[in-house]
Amino acid sequence: MRSTELVKRNVKEMIRDPLSLGIAVALPLVLLLTLQALGGDAAPFLTPTMLTPGIVLFGFTMVMFSSAMILSRDRETSLLARLLTTPLRSSDFVSGYSLPYLLVTIVQAAVLLLVGAMLGLGSDGSLVLVVLILLLMAVFYVALGMIFGAVLSVAQTSGAYAVVLILTIFGGAWFDLEEIGGVFLTIGDVLPFKHALDATRAVLVDGAGPGDVATDLTWIGAYTVGAVALAVVLFRRRMRE
Amino acid sequence: MPAHVGDPAAIRTVGLARWFGDHVAVAGLDLEVAPGELFALLGPNGAGKTTTIKMLCCLLRPSGGTASVLGHDISTDPLAVKQVIGVSPQETAVAPNLNAWENLALMAGLHGLDKQHARRRAGELLEVTGLASRASDKAKRYSGGMQRRLSIAMALVSDPQVVFLDEPTIGLDPQARRGMWEYIAGLKGDTTVVLTTHYLEEADALADRIAVVDGGQLVALGTPAELKARVGGTPVMMVEAPNVTEEALVALRRVYPTARLVPSGVEIEADDVSVYEIGDCLRPFGVEIRSTAVEQVSLDDVFLELTGRELRE
Repeated sequence: MRSTELVKRNVKEMIRDPLSLGIAVALPLVLLLTLQALGGDAAPFLTPTMLTPGIVLFGFTMVMFSSAMILSRDRETSLLARLLTTPLRSSDFVSGYSLPYLLVTIVQAAVLLLVGAMLGLGSDGSLVLVVLILLLMAVFYVALGMIFGAVLSVAQTSGAYAVVLILTIFGGAWFDLEEIGGVFLTIGDVLPFKHALDATRAVLVDGAGPGDVATDLTWIGAYTVGAVALAVVLFRRRMRE
Repeated sequence: MPAHVGDPAAIRTVGLARWFGDHVAVAGLDLEVAPGELFALLGPNGAGKTTTIKMLCCLLRPSGGTASVLGHDISTDPLAVKQVIGVSPQETAVAPNLNAWENLALMAGLHGLDKQHARRRAGELLEVTGLASRASDKAKRYSGGMQRRLSIAMALVSDPQVVFLDEPTIGLDPQARRGMWEYIAGLKGDTTVVLTTHYLEEADALADRIAVVDGGQLVALGTPAELKARVGGTPVMMVEAPNVTEEALVALRRVYPTARLVPSGVEIEADDVSVYEIGDCLRPFGVEIRSTAVEQVSLDDVFLELTGRELRE
């Protein structure tokens, strides 16, 4: 498969930027350790079980940023134009630019869940369902990175990252959005972040099954499919302007 | 004529056009490039050279007309076109965190070359481009000229049948440029090369034929000699002589009526000027001839004649 060559190149680019890679894994971990230390009776939302899903999504935003940056940089340096003159199909490009970053999100989530479990994260529901929700969100974030990378400049990518980061946090990453309510809740309800966090916490804390979180899963699934489809369309368009 | 497989031309464009909104970048180009030919698109910035190359590389969809590369239509069969081409874009376009070996291996792999073949080709190209000693360094540590050389090597590593070089020597120092010319000239015959340039001497030194483009249109097409002949003009003999007297000039004009005084000596616009005859005319008057040189018609003259303006870098 020729896309393997592109995957290999992007993996090398990531490995040779160890600072970004290290920060993407270490920073969420530090945040998890710090915030859970503040938890207790006065701050019931800051327990490992409630916190970990939000911290995982926070980590995903950093991977999204990296995937957007590499694509945007390849566009600006015309390396992408050179790659587009090779006999690769749009599906090769999408997998070549997404698989390495999906791999990082999986490692990141696994480390956070493992450390969360060591700190006391428990689950009354199916861990498979938790993994499925987080995997869908990982695909969504990476696809979002590809969309930004396909249309934004390197400078604009930082701005887009800030917006997604804020939306992720205000989806209720480490506080109860229901308590804040108002416009934040309204916005949260139409975006996938709050649905992902609600669904994950419902499974972990209340032992919810797929049927209980079907609405949330529909929102997450729709956003993920939409983002992937848009990324493919943008790549196809980029291949032949 | 529609493009089809089996077309004897390596590249054929028929009324190839591209416009962006109201701006016409390429206005109906009809070109035919023979297999193994080194073909130059010469013109100033904004002439439509890069847009033409981008269409032929299947990066831009034509707004009108058709084109084929080795018989494969660029609009209906872009994947087949991409199998047989190598491209060096105007920008350096290298992966900055990969070294030269890895950049070349990437391009070879994307074109489906096996590892052994890729390694051999990469080794050859690193020698030719003078990058062998720095092949293990990351490309981001290279100078602009080195990145440019790597970029050209990346276009050639897959042994393409047709190579597009968009301003291949821009940013190279004169020595590196000459080295690259030598290599590009060596591709002639085996590989069809289309290069865009606004260096007149580059087109003159390398191209079998030159298409002069301006404002998206083909202004002239021919070998460098044919283009120069179109302008015509008489060669000018420059005689460097600091002490030409009025009497000496009169004597010279008896043989060459066009002779005229210039600050450095004398200038004679005529065919078949004899250096010996000039000496015979001037020396009796004590004139010291330091040097003589014939100024030929250049492609710059051709461009000026065809477009009414000079081709500036």
